Amino acid sequence: MSRTLAQKVWDQHVVHKAKSDISEPDLLYIDLHLLHEVTSPQAFDGLRLAGRKVRHPDLTIATEDHNTPTDNLLTISDPTSRTQIETLRKNCAEFGIRLHPLGDPEQGVVHVMGPQQGLTQPGMTIVCGDSHTSTHGAFGALAFGIGTSEVEHVLATQTLPQTTPKQLAVNVSGELPPGVTAKDLILALISKVGTGAGRGHVVEYRGPVIEKLSMEGRMTVSNMSIEWGAKAGLIAPDDTTYAWLEGRTFAPVGKAWEAALDHWRSLPTDAGAKFDTEVDLDASSLTPFVTWGTNPGQGAPLSASIPDPESFPTEEERAAARRAVEYMDLNPGTALRDVAVDVVFVGSCTNGRLEDLRLAAEVIRGRKVADGVRMMIVPGSAAVRAQAEAEGLHEIFTAAGAEWRFAGCSMCLGMNPDTLKPGQRSASTSNRNFEGRQGKGGRTHLVSPAVAAATAVVGRLAAPADL
Amino acid sequence: MEKFITHVGTAGPLRRSNVDTDQIIPAVYLKRVTRTGFEDGLFAAWREDPGFVLNNPAYAGASILIAGPEFGTGSSREHAVWALSDFGFRVVISPRFGEIFRGNSLKQGLLTVELPQQAVDTLWDTVEESPTTTVEVDLAARQVRCAGRSWPFALDDFSRWRLMEGLDDIGLTLRHEDAIAAFEAQRPSYGVVVS
Repeated sequence: MSRTLAQKVWDQHVVHKAKSDISEPDLLYIDLHLLHEVTSPQAFDGLRLAGRKVRHPDLTIATEDHNTPTDNLLTISDPTSRTQIETLRKNCAEFGIRLHPLGDPEQGVVHVMGPQQGLTQPGMTIVCGDSHTSTHGAFGALAFGIGTSEVEHVLATQTLPQTTPKQLAVNVSGELPPGVTAKDLILALISKVGTGAGRGHVVEYRGPVIEKLSMEGRMTVSNMSIEWGAKAGLIAPDDTTYAWLEGRTFAPVGKAWEAALDHWRSLPTDAGAKFDTEVDLDASSLTPFVTWGTNPGQGAPLSASIPDPESFPTEEERAAARRAVEYMDLNPGTALRDVAVDVVFVGSCTNGRLEDLRLAAEVIRGRKVADGVRMMIVPGSAAVRAQAEAEGLHEIFTAAGAEWRFAGCSMCLGMNPDTLKPGQRSASTSNRNFEGRQGKGGRTHLVSPAVAAATAVVGRLAAPADL
Repeated sequence: MEKFITHVGTAGPLRRSNVDTDQIIPAVYLKRVTRTGFEDGLFAAWREDPGFVLNNPAYAGASILIAGPEFGTGSSREHAVWALSDFGFRVVISPRFGEIFRGNSLKQGLLTVELPQQAVDTLWDTVEESPTTTVEVDLAARQVRCAGRSWPFALDDFSRWRLMEGLDDIGLTLRHEDAIAAFEAQRPSYGVVVS
């Protein structure tokens, strides 16, 4: 029978097939478990209480990212942040788990750290106590976020009970116009379908536009799958994937590489496989896209204006839009290009990779950050930071007046000191514009790295073409 | 885990959609390394507003939360479930839930019940008019009852059984330990090993 990519990966990992009479979930084997300091402490506590061990420390890896400072590598000033990180260090030492701590060359945002070491490979099952685990789907892995109870479950058993999801295809046709990026594509898609459209589904992004994306671009797209409710967002592995992987620390070599390639090439969705739902998107008409509201589906082309909440078709959308423009302190009818920002944040698991930094640097090279605007560049990992410095990107940013910082989740969610002050407005390359996400009372516009850099120069939401 | 068969309690009406997990518990409250005491972070930003519904003394002691669609979207933080439970909620009713949140809630004995928007509207109207009205959530019958009305809700048999028995997932999985070991014995040699 013809199967989708996700169905193949699923089938290859079923340890125990559910009995259908009580809709018991399948028990899936987990190939890689990523840990960070925020969602793991209670899971380790649970193991200790039950006298259980970590079944496979060799399939588990940890990093410090959510709480780490980005202004230095030595001092974690907030005592609760420090406790959380110290707890992870103790737990990893006690249970024999490899950890990339603050200051380690491989430390960084968990979803940047894994792929850059070649840990994320096609056909794997990957979980992490973090909803943006969908990022790893860009390699054709079945990767999804889990809660702390499930973290404990995977630590103890290396498996996870999972109910079979439905299959959804996003077919992206046409061609991305110049200056339009993977971030614009995914923001436009979420705006089109809404934040709940992917619920209950594993998504596969397909079509010529996806095939032409770099691995970084694919990761940006897969990363935001959860923002429209999808469990995971896969992209078929191809030569772009294999070229990216070859030679990385954990990529197979020699005969094992050949065996892996044979396996990976068998994974893409069979011709004739059926998806439960299909969504079509023509990329040719896309332009730089930003959000105006407080969920990632409340977005519009940069050339548009703040919408009138009363213009939405349902009362649910009207109520959400009314509340959003009030929270965002925006007036319907104001051109998005007239919205002034206080802070520009470039970073996160969505857009904190080398290609993203290159793109932002290219836009800001030889220009200056506008007066009164703070621009923070936070590389997704220490390795990305080192690569960027080797290319001289840090000099371009600092010459423009931007802050060149250390790696971490930083202002994406403001668990470390990198937060918006109440009432401040940001253009952010991160993934969530929720109320207070970047700091209590802060207002977030989600943008691409190119739009972020142009916005920093102009001081208002802008695209490179405006410069 | 405490068994869940039937719950009767008063209900708080939260007339908002897209209540994401950053609203349920802001990230700043996630730094604790223990499993208790998360109630102080529940809806922390909104609770600063004296007019917020859960600040209304009429809804003190409510154990059922009635919310708009897309409740619990966003981050995977299980702290959102702990915050609701620690605050005293045993049931959340919404037309649609974020999927990770829903999974987390059912594992922790917080019953998340999906009812159509019309039913939610009726419940909102009822408990706003009379906050002392009790709502009965009957998991055995998969039915919500309130003020003479009743609505069926869907929940898969396995989740229902596990909730009604109060069973822990790890214990359930370890019944299949032989199958896990057999699977491990035939994993391909090119697979990733971290250490």
